Amino acid sequence: MNFPILSLIAFTPIAGILAVLAVPKKNEKLIRVIATAATGIALLLGIGLMLAYNYRDGAMQFVEKYTWIKTFNISYHLGVDGLSLSMVFLTVLLCFLACIASYRIEGRQKEYFVLYLLLETGMLGTFLALDLFLFYVFWEVVLVPMYFLIGIWGGPRKEYAAIKFFLYTLAGSVFMLLGFIALYFTSNPHTFDILELQKGSGGFAIGFQQIVFMALFLGFAIKVPIFPFHTWLPDAHVEAPTPISVLLAGVLLKMGGYGFFRISYPILPEAAKWFALPLAILGVVNIIYGAFVAMAQIDFKKLVAYSSVSHMGFVLLGLASMTATGMNGALFQMFNHGTITGGMFLLVGVLYDRTHTRDLKSFGGLGAQIPVYAGLLTVFTMGSLGLPGLSGFVSEFLSLLGTFPVFQVITIIAVSGIVVTAAYHLMLLQRVLLGPLNVRWKDITEINRRELVTLVPLMAITLFLGLYPISMLYLQGPSVAMLVEKVKGLLV
Amino acid sequence: MMNYPYLIPLFPLMAFAANILFGKKLGKKSALVSIAASTASAALSISAFVNFLRGSVASVSFAWLNVNGAPVMFGILVDQLSLMMLLVVSVIGTLIQVYSTGYMSDDKRFSRFFAYMSLFMFSMLSLVLSNNFMMIYIFWELVGVCSYFLISFWFEKDSAANAGKKAFITTRIGDVGLFIGLAMIFWLSGSPYFSDLPAIAQNPDRVLLTAAAILIFCGAVGKSAQFPLHVWLPDAMEGPTPVSALIHAATMVAAGVYLVARCYPLFAACPAALVVVAYIGIVTAFMAGTIALVVNDIKRILAYSTISQLGYMIAALGCGGYTAGTFHLMTHAFFKALLFLGAGSVIHGVHTQDIRQMGGIFSKMKITAATFIIASLAIAGVPPLAGFWSKDEILVSMFASGNYVIFGLAYLTSIFTAFYMFRLCFIVFFGRPRKADLHAHESPAVMTVPLMVLAFFSIFIGLVGSPLMHNWFGHFVTFGEGHHGGAPAGLIMGASVAAGVIGIAIAFALYILKWQLVPQAVRIRFTWLHTLLINKYYMDEIYLSAIIRPIALLSKYSFRFDKNLIDGVVNWTGLFSLFLSEVKNSFDKHVVDGLVNGAAKLVDLCSGHARRLQTGLIQNYMLFIIAGLVIILFVNLIR
Repeated sequence: MNFPILSLIAFTPIAGILAVLAVPKKNEKLIRVIATAATGIALLLGIGLMLAYNYRDGAMQFVEKYTWIKTFNISYHLGVDGLSLSMVFLTVLLCFLACIASYRIEGRQKEYFVLYLLLETGMLGTFLALDLFLFYVFWEVVLVPMYFLIGIWGGPRKEYAAIKFFLYTLAGSVFMLLGFIALYFTSNPHTFDILELQKGSGGFAIGFQQIVFMALFLGFAIKVPIFPFHTWLPDAHVEAPTPISVLLAGVLLKMGGYGFFRISYPILPEAAKWFALPLAILGVVNIIYGAFVAMAQIDFKKLVAYSSVSHMGFVLLGLASMTATGMNGALFQMFNHGTITGGMFLLVGVLYDRTHTRDLKSFGGLGAQIPVYAGLLTVFTMGSLGLPGLSGFVSEFLSLLGTFPVFQVITIIAVSGIVVTAAYHLMLLQRVLLGPLNVRWKDITEINRRELVTLVPLMAITLFLGLYPISMLYLQGPSVAMLVEKVKGLLV
Repeated sequence: MMNYPYLIPLFPLMAFAANILFGKKLGKKSALVSIAASTASAALSISAFVNFLRGSVASVSFAWLNVNGAPVMFGILVDQLSLMMLLVVSVIGTLIQVYSTGYMSDDKRFSRFFAYMSLFMFSMLSLVLSNNFMMIYIFWELVGVCSYFLISFWFEKDSAANAGKKAFITTRIGDVGLFIGLAMIFWLSGSPYFSDLPAIAQNPDRVLLTAAAILIFCGAVGKSAQFPLHVWLPDAMEGPTPVSALIHAATMVAAGVYLVARCYPLFAACPAALVVVAYIGIVTAFMAGTIALVVNDIKRILAYSTISQLGYMIAALGCGGYTAGTFHLMTHAFFKALLFLGAGSVIHGVHTQDIRQMGGIFSKMKITAATFIIASLAIAGVPPLAGFWSKDEILVSMFASGNYVIFGLAYLTSIFTAFYMFRLCFIVFFGRPRKADLHAHESPAVMTVPLMVLAFFSIFIGLVGSPLMHNWFGHFVTFGEGHHGGAPAGLIMGASVAAGVIGIAIAFALYILKWQLVPQAVRIRFTWLHTLLINKYYMDEIYLSAIIRPIALLSKYSFRFDKNLIDGVVNWTGLFSLFLSEVKNSFDKHVVDGLVNGAAKLVDLCSGHARRLQTGLIQNYMLFIIAGLVIILFVNLIR
């Protein structure tokens, strides 16, 4: 019996919830301390997990398995491998940083942090679960606190955005659940166990695989989000408070991508192969279309939201290639998008706190007023743009390089997207930092220490992975190689 | 002698880190940090060069990324070509940074400037040392972003901010090609290393190989400002003049030429690709040369001249003149850097960039003027200055390749070159000041000393490739093209000198002697030509209406499509569901509930009427009973 580190990570936030509940509502400072401590401990445990993880082995590690509902052969089954380790780390990291960024949330802090911590557990559970039923439970656990976090602490159109987010994702997860149940009843013996289902993956008929794949696709595609299921995202992002936007973009979107990696591809490999071309096309549509729509935005946050649509296209493209290089790129891109776009949303928040506007047309010339902020914004924007030396470049590069041998024309179209991407990012920088100063902001204050604490770690990671990207491949490579072998993709 | 070529880029990187993090504390010392770092790079480059001559090559490599299951090793490539570039970049870079301490001394972002300069030095030196496509692509983009930062260094000016953006985006268009070309090379061979290029060039699929070569060349077209992507370079003059000298004249813009030279085994194996290279190069050289004839902004004249000279180098490479192209790269770096620094000194002295407002400042800025004229003579190809030897080499190689059209255009261009450079010199330095309050003054020594050093190089550096030194350069940097046997070398040399002299003579006649060479009548008939040139062949306008506006519109309509159609469907689905629920609600209320209520009502109604029967009066009941009896009897009777 091993030390149950995974359960510990996943349920540390729940312990935090219990502690927060015990504190009187007025003592907001203590509530914040407890929440920070809970997310901090989860982060430390996550770092411990990274250190204890055996990087040479691509198989499941730290597995915990207990029978849960015997009648339906459902078990509490957790495990971590190269596909999920980076996602778990991303989650605990962003949750900690966004928690610090949450100090200035206005009103009802107690409820806020309770929901916030519940959200963290849901997200962690999703990445750790190895049982479809458990996966579904955690998946839906994420939905509820998110609904309230947007709906209560959000912007002017918060109700609309929250309901749209909730219903849209719920609609997707209904199909996902149907897919899970179909898998359960078709497997012999009936099981929800992801690893068992993977082993029997040869047994499913192609027609069945295609139907289940489509059902799961709806669930995951809405989360990613894949065109044309993406329109909940800009609304949810714009209305959500800053830290929630960070988690939404940084972690929630990854749940969709992760679903492909963990469930769709290994369990339904033949369907995955069959759907490769349409998926690649959707991927390139995400990239190009997202970039074009982002270029038209004058709301800072909406621009970043649409840039997410564009960036997630690389995940889809790499996945569709079914090559080791492409899939490594896709998984890597998920992590990088989390750190870079997470940072971007934090930066939008920093500016919004000072100016109470996100209208890009109302800024200008801030580069001279707040140089430290300007430097950070430049770094993250360049990261988002895909500048070499920063992590986003490597993953996009791998994803494209892996796709090229399989889909040449699609890759070429996707590569052309880098021009549009460059254009809207530079327009963003110009509108915020360059040009003559808008006198409205002549007294704007520089980024403070607390905000720096939230941003500097993300920048350090972006830089480190950009300069020495093979480190991430050491982490995820063996598991991705196993996955590629499983899906019988071309090892090119 | 120590030999650590891999440290060459690292010193500027450290200087960048120091200046960006502690710039405020360092203040003016930032310049010292940067200059010390690039001096160290220069010293190490020289030592690497000496070691190379002695036959000792240091190497280092480490795994940077896994692609296709195999590690991509990042390492350094020290060979003749990279050594030449290292020396050029580190020496010129150091001189320009020394100059910048004077030029930028009053700038409020002084240390930021040196931080960017160091970052650029790091990126450029690493680019030169890259041993594979992936690595060169990375530093290729990094020099691009440094260029962006430095062009829009005075970002409060909208024009500077726009120019930086334009430069980045335009070069990125070329980079799309480079990226695809690189992916193709990977796909064809599985190897990203330059050292494998000769083997890769053996690939039997000539079409793909040629396509890959042309796509890689697209990258060079963007970076080296070749037609049709040259439009960013003139605007890049919005940056501080030392930036123009270092990045947009001597080094970064030459990276495209360097890339083609680096991939020469590939190009040499694809004749069709070489033809493309040659024609793009010569069209660029000629076009930019013609525009430079009429421009009046001192920096823009030099910018078009740079484009033209880069076209020269590219065309030379396309014609098989590997040595010629790289040689001109080297000599050009020195005299063009000098020209820009000289122009900077002039601007520093007179506070205008319009040559029509200058004049007669030779006496007030002797060192600047003298060094500027030396550089002009060098670029015009006057022997025995640097440009003469390299330009001659280019013309010889073009002639030898048999491309007489290219040779002819190149020859015409070299007349133009001499003319526009001396038009500039005569107007700026001689005659009388055209503006009354032109208080020209010589620049401080930190600025003039680098000018003199560069002037020294502009005079003598060409000798390394001259018969006087037994064509040492041609033996050092060579692609085995050997001696151009077919070309009448002596004749071409004479013609080349003549071109320079003709150009200078026309300029002298027009601007010093003020002769009316062209009769007024003819001149009027050719005003359209002048208009065409002064508007730069309307390329910017064409791009604006043919590309930029449509893309902006596309972006706008994509968003409308997204908002109204895609999201519209979502909202309509939502609203339709609401509507459905309303319908169901009213169905429920009126039909389902109606039935239930109706049934109840019916019972109620019936019972209401029935209740009346139950009056509780015995008499009534008796009446009913009797009536009933009567009816029954009556019915029975009838039957």
